[in-house]
Amino acid sequence: MSCAPGSDVSERKARLGRIGALLAAISGCALAIQATGPFPTHANVQEELLRVAGEIGRPGGRVVIALRSEPKTLNPLIAADGASREVISAMQADLVHINRATQLTEPALAKSWKVSPDGLQYTLTLRRGLKFSDGQPVDVEDVLFTFRVYLDEAVHATQRDLLIVDGKPIVVRKVDAQTVAFTLAKPYGVGERLFDGLAILSRHLLETAYKEGKLAQAGGLGTAPNQWAGLGAFRLKEYVAGQRLVLERNPYYWKTDERGNRLPYLDEIVFLFVPSADAQVVRFQSGETDIISRLGAENFSVLSRQARNYRMADAGPGLEYNFLFFNLNELGEKAPAEMTRKQSWFHSEKFRQAVSLAIDREAIVRLVYQGRGAALWGPVTPGNPRWVNATIAHPARSLDTSRQLLTDAGFKLTGGESGEPRLVDADGKSVEFSIVTSASNADRAKMAGLIQDDLKQLGMRVQVVPLELRSLIDRVTQTKEYDACVLGIASYDADPNSDLNVWLSSGGMHLWNPSEKRPATDWEAEIDRLMEQQLTVTNTAQRKKLYDRVQEILAERQPMIFLASPDVLVGAKTSIGNFHPAVLEPYVLWNVEQLYQRNGAENARQ
Amino acid sequence: MSARSRLLVCAAVLGTLHLSVACGGFLAPYDPAAQDREHPYAPPMRPHFVDTQGQIHLRPFFYAQALRTGSFEEYAENRATAIPVKFFVSGAPYRVLGLLPLRVHLFGGGVPIFLLGSDAYGRDLLSRVLFGGQVSLLAGLIGAGLTLSIGLCIGAVAGFWGGWKDEVLMRVAELFLALPWIYLLFAMRAFLPLTVPPLQAFLLVVMVLGAVGWARPARIVRGIVLSAKERDFVRAARGFGASDAYLLRRHILPQTASVVLTQAAILVPHFVLAEMTLSFLGLGVPEPVASWGNMLAALQHYNVLVSYWWMYLPALVMVPFFLGYLVLASLLHGSYGTSKIE
Repeated sequence: MSCAPGSDVSERKARLGRIGALLAAISGCALAIQATGPFPTHANVQEELLRVAGEIGRPGGRVVIALRSEPKTLNPLIAADGASREVISAMQADLVHINRATQLTEPALAKSWKVSPDGLQYTLTLRRGLKFSDGQPVDVEDVLFTFRVYLDEAVHATQRDLLIVDGKPIVVRKVDAQTVAFTLAKPYGVGERLFDGLAILSRHLLETAYKEGKLAQAGGLGTAPNQWAGLGAFRLKEYVAGQRLVLERNPYYWKTDERGNRLPYLDEIVFLFVPSADAQVVRFQSGETDIISRLGAENFSVLSRQARNYRMADAGPGLEYNFLFFNLNELGEKAPAEMTRKQSWFHSEKFRQAVSLAIDREAIVRLVYQGRGAALWGPVTPGNPRWVNATIAHPARSLDTSRQLLTDAGFKLTGGESGEPRLVDADGKSVEFSIVTSASNADRAKMAGLIQDDLKQLGMRVQVVPLELRSLIDRVTQTKEYDACVLGIASYDADPNSDLNVWLSSGGMHLWNPSEKRPATDWEAEIDRLMEQQLTVTNTAQRKKLYDRVQEILAERQPMIFLASPDVLVGAKTSIGNFHPAVLEPYVLWNVEQLYQRNGAENARQ
Repeated sequence: MSARSRLLVCAAVLGTLHLSVACGGFLAPYDPAAQDREHPYAPPMRPHFVDTQGQIHLRPFFYAQALRTGSFEEYAENRATAIPVKFFVSGAPYRVLGLLPLRVHLFGGGVPIFLLGSDAYGRDLLSRVLFGGQVSLLAGLIGAGLTLSIGLCIGAVAGFWGGWKDEVLMRVAELFLALPWIYLLFAMRAFLPLTVPPLQAFLLVVMVLGAVGWARPARIVRGIVLSAKERDFVRAARGFGASDAYLLRRHILPQTASVVLTQAAILVPHFVLAEMTLSFLGLGVPEPVASWGNMLAALQHYNVLVSYWWMYLPALVMVPFFLGYLVLASLLHGSYGTSKIE
């Protein structure tokens, strides 16, 4: 879900229990380790740098950015929180990368790739002359080591699930000094997108730790800068606990601008730890930070009103979707009678449809997002035009239809003692329940306030309970002690696979009834089937058709009542060049190597 | 002005303020929870007496406000049509003092009139201030009443009988004085079920406030009882065979009256503030029920702080109340504090 202000569950990205992905245990492949010494010299190797389009910048200077929390780690194997992933994305690189602006794949560390006609084998060719940020050369062995580590169960890498399809891991094989082949057990729907986000690790620094079984402890924030290296645009310089993390330019980075100048332009990036959204706004306004992202609409308009030496940008609808869902868990005999009664309402599709029809989504967009967002009737937002099912109906709010549905479902509307309508169920019990929401997310608390008032008009007594996020997630996924919940998910990629864990009944993020042993309903079984099918279909049109059907089922059965999606709102000082925010994370830093200070180094703050 | 008449004036002013809050349903034009989604964060509307042609009207009128097209925060007055205020209009139902159901409101009009502006949901701030005041002031009054009753009983027992009872009670009082009550409340809230209906939440707040605050008044009362029981006329009464209960009721407790009254005048605003703190932190009365504390909670957001000045008004409203109580306390102290106790 979205991380940050708005995103509760973005951490899930890392934990995605995707079934999917193949690969054979690399550990099984006998790979010759070069006998000539750990670091063969590549002094004469011609560097194959990647030339990227964009404004030509000036070298030097630094950019200061606030993070909502301290990153937990720099180790891409175990990073699960938003802050860690944001920092790591500037320090590491993958073989094939999804361009956050075009949402298409493009060559990265691999200069090219080929897919066999049956879709089972990917052959990737590495760039020549690649070097880690500590100057050590990169070769195929590093790639093999990386995948061996990702696939090793003992490491508990968060990306491991991505590399298993049909229960079989992907098989990785060295072809020659520059080429690696990946063999899958079944064709993989996402194709080469699979490689995005899989950082290539430095074998020379990590192999010892791996052999000692201490890899998970590596890459803590206290790591000495010379003990940590990556292939990203920046490398570790300094960490001051509770205050800041400083990254410096990686002089060996493998991209250049169109004139052949080696990127990145900036000398430094400073991440400051600023825990509250409001404090971040104040810091940005006072000029202490250069870039602000994950802004709420109201703070965005405050900043826009007073904009002087900075500009604000509405990057358009993002991928975050917010929704209301009811507790549909099977609680068994131990559940209190009151909960069983409430669940008998929640399990009624008509009840859920009635609630959905009574919600004023247009008001949510206006009052919560100040118009900077879109009403939703399905999980795919307008920010993802490639996958949205345009045929899903957008029924207008209708209290009459809602009341009719409730009557059909056996509920009765009576006048309360003070003349207010009161909804009672078939046993004459008043319909009262609570909606939990994250106390730290003002937007969702406000949505819940609007829903409370909407449902009051149906005679439902709703209480809104703001909870601390951790205890909220705990209630929803562990103890299951809640009635209903308003939450949001920010998909990290436009591809349907990024939310596999939400739609599969076995998924840990299948929020209304997480980790089902078997699908509780026929329609959940059908969604499982469709999602699994689309995993292995390589034809995009066909996958779209399958995912369209999933969206249809969700819209019809309403296990989640989709509410609205906010725009991605960011801001930066006018002195920052190449500022092109994307709707995919990391919204502003996705082209961090191209960002530059227009005034160059002389104007950089000390 | 004599001390007595100053006291009367102060009491009258405070009485009027309380009465206006008690009759909040009549003075407030709307239901405090009613959302007007067309008018979020509407600024306070100005009553007009002179129209665009320069004509003077005795009956005040308003110009309707609407969001500027394309904006979600800027309002414009529509000066084309004046909307006169209507008095004694029928509107949302309410109960006077929680008992008498009525629908008549002091004023209203053809368009929503936000005299003090509206909040994020387009709820009328004036109505919320008045209804919120009922919650906050009632919490203060009941809390102070509870505290003083407990404090009086314990102080009297400790001071009058002394001995081990005194020792035990005073040590417990010290313990309560040292208790960080806000953490106590956090802890208590954690033990309660997830959802607490507004009435229960209110009672809980009042009970906790009353239960933890008794130590101070108890210690003061004990001191007075201690000195009063040694006075000549008390000894004389005892000599004539008066029972303990009679002595306490007839001779000793009346001595504490001035202190109790002064304490009450100090404690009421103290408890109003405590209720506001709790609701401000989300531990008090839940939305959409209004209280001064949860109204001020909106100010926790930076954008509200810098954009909508009228959201500070609930904080301003409490000033005359607190001032009134503090003046009352000092007048009470001055008038019979020194002259009669000593």
